[in-house]
Amino acid sequence: MSAATGTATTPWWQRSTVRVAGGVAVAAVVLFGIAPAVLSDFRLNLLAKFLCLAMVAVGIGLAWGRGGMLVLGQGVFFGIGGYLMAMHMKLADAGPGGVPDFLRLYGDGVVPGWWEPLRSPVVTVLAILVLPAGIAALLGLAVFRRRVRGAYFAILSQALAAAFAILLVGQQKVTGGTNGLNGFRSFFGYDLADPINKRMLYFIAAGVLIAMVVVVRLLMNSRYGELLVAVRDQENRVRFLGYDPANVKVVAYAIAACFAGIGGALFAPVVGIISPADVGVIPSIGFLVGVAIGGRATLLGPVLGAVAVSWAETGLSEQFPSFWTYFQGALFILVVAFLPQGFASLGTLWRRRRGTPADAPDDPPTTHPSAPGSSPDADDDAQHAADSARTAGRHA
Amino acid sequence: MTTHTLPLRTTRKRALALSAAALAAALTLSACGGARTAEGTAGTASASGGASCVDTSGDSIKIGFLNSLSGTMAISEQTVRDSLDLAAEEINAAGGVLGKQLQIVAEDGASEPTVFAEKAEKLISSDCVAAVFGGWTSSSRKAMLPVFESKNSLLFYPVQYEGLEASPNIFYTGATTNQQIIPGMDYLAEQGKKKVFLVGSDYVFPRTANKIINAYAEANDIEIVGEEYAPLGHTDFATIVNKLKSSGADAVFNTLNGDSNVAFFKEYKNVGMTADTVPVVSVSIAEEEVGGIGVDNVVGQLTAWNYYQTVESPENETFVAAFKEKYGENRPTSDPMEAAYTSLYLWKGMVEKAGSFDVAAIQEAADGVSFDAPEGTVTVNGDNHHIAKTAYIGEIGPDGLIYSIWESDGPIEPDPFLEGYDWAEGLS
Repeated sequence: MSAATGTATTPWWQRSTVRVAGGVAVAAVVLFGIAPAVLSDFRLNLLAKFLCLAMVAVGIGLAWGRGGMLVLGQGVFFGIGGYLMAMHMKLADAGPGGVPDFLRLYGDGVVPGWWEPLRSPVVTVLAILVLPAGIAALLGLAVFRRRVRGAYFAILSQALAAAFAILLVGQQKVTGGTNGLNGFRSFFGYDLADPINKRMLYFIAAGVLIAMVVVVRLLMNSRYGELLVAVRDQENRVRFLGYDPANVKVVAYAIAACFAGIGGALFAPVVGIISPADVGVIPSIGFLVGVAIGGRATLLGPVLGAVAVSWAETGLSEQFPSFWTYFQGALFILVVAFLPQGFASLGTLWRRRRGTPADAPDDPPTTHPSAPGSSPDADDDAQHAADSARTAGRHA
Repeated sequence: MTTHTLPLRTTRKRALALSAAALAAALTLSACGGARTAEGTAGTASASGGASCVDTSGDSIKIGFLNSLSGTMAISEQTVRDSLDLAAEEINAAGGVLGKQLQIVAEDGASEPTVFAEKAEKLISSDCVAAVFGGWTSSSRKAMLPVFESKNSLLFYPVQYEGLEASPNIFYTGATTNQQIIPGMDYLAEQGKKKVFLVGSDYVFPRTANKIINAYAEANDIEIVGEEYAPLGHTDFATIVNKLKSSGADAVFNTLNGDSNVAFFKEYKNVGMTADTVPVVSVSIAEEEVGGIGVDNVVGQLTAWNYYQTVESPENETFVAAFKEKYGENRPTSDPMEAAYTSLYLWKGMVEKAGSFDVAAIQEAADGVSFDAPEGTVTVNGDNHHIAKTAYIGEIGPDGLIYSIWESDGPIEPDPFLEGYDWAEGLS
């Protein structure tokens, strides 16, 4: 069972770098070659929307699946990215010095000072990259330093999403209220009504998503990635070894926020609207559902889960407009009941059933408590919860 | 020990991820493939320069119904869908439109603006419908507007709204502000009310409506003694009602939506106010909602709409009877339902006048098309695509129905930007 034999017998096509390159190539062929060729403009734009949601999922996979932080409020970062981009597009449509229509309709007819910098495309892009990550880092430091974790962190992040949505609705004069921001005509100077430019947006989204997956893959296999898993599974032991778990968590949380922000920023031009309904508690949970169904601790589970759930929602609601929600509910129940580690665990189950002789004695589940997809992970989660409860109890 | 187990673990993970990838990639591919075949030539047609792909060659014509059948708005929007279905059934039974039977493509907007935008695009580019009927909230309409404009298709929107909009691709068959809010205020002014308190849910319609009411009050020597907003779904009205009571208001203008009305009217009753002394004019409570709030809590209160089930006309008698026959004796009819029913007939009138399902031809023909609706005769204004409607102030009766106690002098011409009112200058 030693690692040495494993390495020696690994065929070239199973080596890490080759497989990453291969995976990227397959994804590129599917997203850049096959999808645009077989899908109509409408379906391609829909896929672009799903890819934007998948970006949030990639971040959640890192923070929740690998880092054990149940991030129930990613809508906040998604929304910040989305509103920044949307506001830039509104200001650009209004022309230099112009006032976007919603500010004239609901507001005082002037652009508030703090929206002004977003007239610049450079500032907008920088803000989208920096603001969500920065806010998450600050928040993470404040929270993780105090060793807030488990359900307490989840509730906190969800409350944040609720507060953010209420703030957007309440500040109708400067945010557009429940209507949100919509009716964008151009994206950095490209006419959004032109199907070619919509296609370009899809390619941007696909490229960004692949880049994100590669980043996460590199992180997962780095020393930092191992540390993150270690913090998830035994935070106190990591602390005793001399690491500060708070810092480890903050990095993953900030990266997840950054990915969510970018997802939101691309979502606005792809869908043509961003409103409080896309950033509150319900969409925040929606992001999580895809990740859970796909398999949260795996690299591709979150992405594929997010895309598959969104696609299923659209497909089912088109086929059965009046009772599609029942199918959706049934799917969730089935996954939670029979595949608690998501669809990614199907692979493990299948391999275990096949019972590869070389693997079976090597791989008794009990020796790998945190291996994703194995049933003991559930026990581990219970251990988690107990841990968190104890910690919280101490700090209460 | 750690160094030995870690590489093994990552290998396992990798294999797992790959198999999951293959599985889901196959899933996604088959899904996308399926979507395409279902579309056939439709997709390519819309790709070539946004030309209409509506098929007018057969003996049927497709139209789309897009209402929320799930989510928070489903309870309201399902009633609109029901009356749209009734209108389509009637039209088909009477020979269709230009001899073609209506074929309905139904979609669920799921109470989410982004879903409305997505489904609208699907109806236009994949299903190639000639027109879409539906939408309720302002946010759903705002989300759909760019889709209908860029695809150059038609939306018929059946709900009263906050005005300040006129898209060439939307026909608004509900009231705009000068057909509902302003008549409501006119009525209060006629009754000699001088101190009005505003209460509303925190979203676009109440805030815009109150902006207009404030301007109206200033010009008409009425004092606005308070303006309060509650989040949608809010149910604790003790503070707001106390403010209302101590403000010395002699009337209330209520733009609360949904469940909040139950809590508001209970609290209003609790502190001892009555419809005789401080009447509440509501613009979001119709027959459908009265039962939910409880007749006891709102009896004698006022509403401002353009239709009630009790409107006396032969057309309304037929409509109410047909609706009850199809959906049951206990189902009331309300303003948005009637406006949706009317919208389908107005579209039929426009198509028949134009002699074509073509969008440009319909826009050209729209002006002056009229229909003897259950609410009275309505006429399309070709400039702003709204319709002339009669305003009715109603009083809620002990039987849960609403009875008109005041009506405007005939249909009011729609004026979404309030250009005909001096005091409204600078609002839009």
